[in-house]
Amino acid sequence: MTTPKLQVEDLHVQFASEDGMVDAVRGVSFTLGQEKLGIVGESGSGKSTVGRTLLKLHPRTARVNATRLQFDDIDLLSADEKAMQQVRGRRISMILQDPKYSLNPVMRVGDQIAEAFLVHYSVSRTEARKRTLDMIDAVRIRDPERVYNMYPHEVSGGMGQRIMIAMMMIPEPEIIIADEPTSALDVSIRLQVLSVLDDLVRQRGLGLIFISHDLNLVRNFCSRVLVMYAGQVVENIAAADLDNAQHPYTQGLLASLPSLDNRRHRLPVLQRDPSWISV
Amino acid sequence: MTATSSSLAHGGDAPRSHWAALLDNSKRTLRRILRNPLTTGGLIVIALLVTIALFAPLLATHDPLIQDLNNALKGPSAEHWFGTDAFGRDIYSRIVYGSRITLYIISLVTVIVGPVGLTVGTVAGYFGGAIDTVFMRITDIFISFPSLILALAFVAALGPGLDHAIIAIALTAWPPIARLARAETMTLRDSDFISAIKLAGASPLRVLVRHVWPLCLSSVIIRLTFNMAGVILTAAGLGFLGLGAQPPLPEWGSMISAGRSYMVACWWMVAFPGLAIMMVSLAFNLLGDGLRDALDPRGE
Amino acid sequence: MSLPGMSGRMSAASFSFLYRLPRILVTLFGLLTLTFLIGRVLPVDPVLSIVGPDADHETYMQVFHQLGLDKPIWEQFVLYLGALAHGDLGNALLTGRPVIEEIGRVLPATVELGTLAILIGTGFGVPLGVFAAWNRGRIGDHVVRVISLFGYSVPIFWFGMMGLLIFYAWLGVVGGAGRIDLFYDGLVEDHTGLLLIDSLVDGNWEVFRSAFGHIVLPGLILGLHSMAYISRMTRSFMLAQLSQEYIITARVKGLSGREILWRHAFRNILVQLLTIVALAYGTLLEGAVLIETVFAWPGFGQFMTHSLLRGDMNAVMGCVLVVGLVFITLNLIADTLYHVFDPRIR
Repeated sequence: MTTPKLQVEDLHVQFASEDGMVDAVRGVSFTLGQEKLGIVGESGSGKSTVGRTLLKLHPRTARVNATRLQFDDIDLLSADEKAMQQVRGRRISMILQDPKYSLNPVMRVGDQIAEAFLVHYSVSRTEARKRTLDMIDAVRIRDPERVYNMYPHEVSGGMGQRIMIAMMMIPEPEIIIADEPTSALDVSIRLQVLSVLDDLVRQRGLGLIFISHDLNLVRNFCSRVLVMYAGQVVENIAAADLDNAQHPYTQGLLASLPSLDNRRHRLPVLQRDPSWISV
Repeated sequence: MTATSSSLAHGGDAPRSHWAALLDNSKRTLRRILRNPLTTGGLIVIALLVTIALFAPLLATHDPLIQDLNNALKGPSAEHWFGTDAFGRDIYSRIVYGSRITLYIISLVTVIVGPVGLTVGTVAGYFGGAIDTVFMRITDIFISFPSLILALAFVAALGPGLDHAIIAIALTAWPPIARLARAETMTLRDSDFISAIKLAGASPLRVLVRHVWPLCLSSVIIRLTFNMAGVILTAAGLGFLGLGAQPPLPEWGSMISAGRSYMVACWWMVAFPGLAIMMVSLAFNLLGDGLRDALDPRGE
Repeated sequence: MSLPGMSGRMSAASFSFLYRLPRILVTLFGLLTLTFLIGRVLPVDPVLSIVGPDADHETYMQVFHQLGLDKPIWEQFVLYLGALAHGDLGNALLTGRPVIEEIGRVLPATVELGTLAILIGTGFGVPLGVFAAWNRGRIGDHVVRVISLFGYSVPIFWFGMMGLLIFYAWLGVVGGAGRIDLFYDGLVEDHTGLLLIDSLVDGNWEVFRSAFGHIVLPGLILGLHSMAYISRMTRSFMLAQLSQEYIITARVKGLSGREILWRHAFRNILVQLLTIVALAYGTLLEGAVLIETVFAWPGFGQFMTHSLLRGDMNAVMGCVLVVGLVFITLNLIADTLYHVFDPRIR
């Protein structure tokens, strides 16, 4: 087994708030290789924070601590802003949730994708444009020439998210973090976008961290699942083994999922145990 | 500092009406305001203004109106802290009494502009249609014009004098407030909760007063506070041009105008009233800034 | 910045202009009515201003008839509107010359002052605002905020006076009141009415230096005033942009702070900035009224104030009309630019 590309050990993140420092992430540990890892949790569980912290995108007032936050040979914890600018996009990339907001409204989408490439590779504009058109094609958008010149408000949700994928894949990173990539999309579009993402991740041999609140989605898409609650990892299990989950929170989540096979008169509601917060 | 657990464990009762929610928010806002040193500074200055105005007779060293031609144009001294003017009147005392005029102007303008602007704006925004169109046309005229010049024209038409100046200023100050209230109302008018209240049978008056107004209030207050800073400057400008409070009233703007001819030799006649004006205007701007930061926070 | 598809947006812009024209005309009409009423209500008797307090009844009535003051008020208004359509704003009561000529005579001085002020205001205000937004909460931000706070809290006429006192009376580094030393008045040809440009065109360095020495202080003061406003609005706009999701996208791509600031955030506020600058130019007129009084600057502001104080109705109305027109034009320009530069507005 090759050494995993990403190693996170005992990660703690605190945010500054009006009432003092608030724990968002409390002692999270995991590793990531060339695989698809899912991080599942409800709002406030800290899952998005983990993703953003990996790219050091947290606010200036946040406090980040870990025994280890290692990507390849780079110590992410001690890396300064300049070093991080080399990592972001080029080596670790992130797909954001809603293309309505995550794309620059006054810039053509093609230019935005090309920019992602030009930041890290010094090529001519024509070369960048060509690569962009290839990338737009790779995410299965027809008529790349026409789409290149469009503005974000002119593209549909599914197309916008594929453009986001294109933008984040074009600099050829090794790890992709997908922060709720399909949550803002119509249900019918979700599978299409996921299929595009899946293909590209497989073709390029990337590591993927898939952050979501949708357990069902994650268990079918990823090979391993991390369940987070109140800033901690309560379950770290292979997707295939989910039905044998140990932690009551995970069991509760699974039990509350509706299923066509297992029809119940009433769906159980998750009962929270305060002991889950402290460990 | 102990860290609190993540946001999952928060309880608390929901407020029972929009006014109750407003009160809750106000308390929290006040705490946030006071946390900012600059804003607190502004509040202190305003409080100082009110105090000085109220206790003017106790704080002044001389009578502001009595002339003493032997002592005219004397510089700052132990006897006359800010010096004397062309008629030998003590400038410090005149500034102290002038604070009453300033307070008078501010209060009157707020009392007129606030309710009028809020009412007209929310009515226009809520009912729309012809009422709204007429309203927009009227306010267009005022907004498409620099307020000082319009106020100038009004005062020139009404005749110089403090009360006329106040009317003129109020006339130019209410349209922006009304427009703001209108904009807020229009955003709210189509929201689900308003529809729900209307379905429950609320009359338009009830909808406006109990529900729309509390929600508009914070932006209107912020805008009013900023406006006060401008009102002070406009009033001073009118006074400077001779159209505001008439002599011998110790209005700060007219004091500067009076000191103009002697300015080179007697700088104190111009410097001190101007500083007073600036401090009050600054205070309102600081307060407005702080209010806006507190009521409309953007996280780091 | 190449903008293919601009022709589409241009036509959208002109469409919106035509669509808005009726409303503008209504506003203008309302403005005229308002000022007409004000003009007729002025407590200063215009007839007396012309004939003087010692004139006899006959002379008084003669002038009274001449000015058309005996006609019913609505008839006067209609007559006025008719004259307006011919570009006739009436004659200034005191000089007897056409108002339009008088305004044309004094306008360049104000335009020169105002343009200098807006250049200073924008040139310093925008970068300062961007800088403050980027350094939000840190010392750079606080410094900028204090400067701009000072800039719009200070009474501008007082500031002008203190400036004259310190820099002219005590230090002698700038020129005094007026546009130029009396000695140089009328020495250069009136090409544009803008002394700085005219003297440069003529190559007359002495006149230029004198004109510059006189304009620098009022220009700076007015400039500081609009700089305060512009920097504050710029900061506010930038902060609103910097909290948007697409900024995070830009960071994720690995862009540097400067690139994010100018290439992404700033581009999104350009449209709003243009509106602000157009408005600021308009509000300079307010400042001009006061500053021109302080500096005895022979411009539009001073002309209007004097006309107001003397009850010169025609002049007042002419001035109001001009100011209204300027404001409306500026707003229109800002609106049109909005359509051209923001791809979201169709």
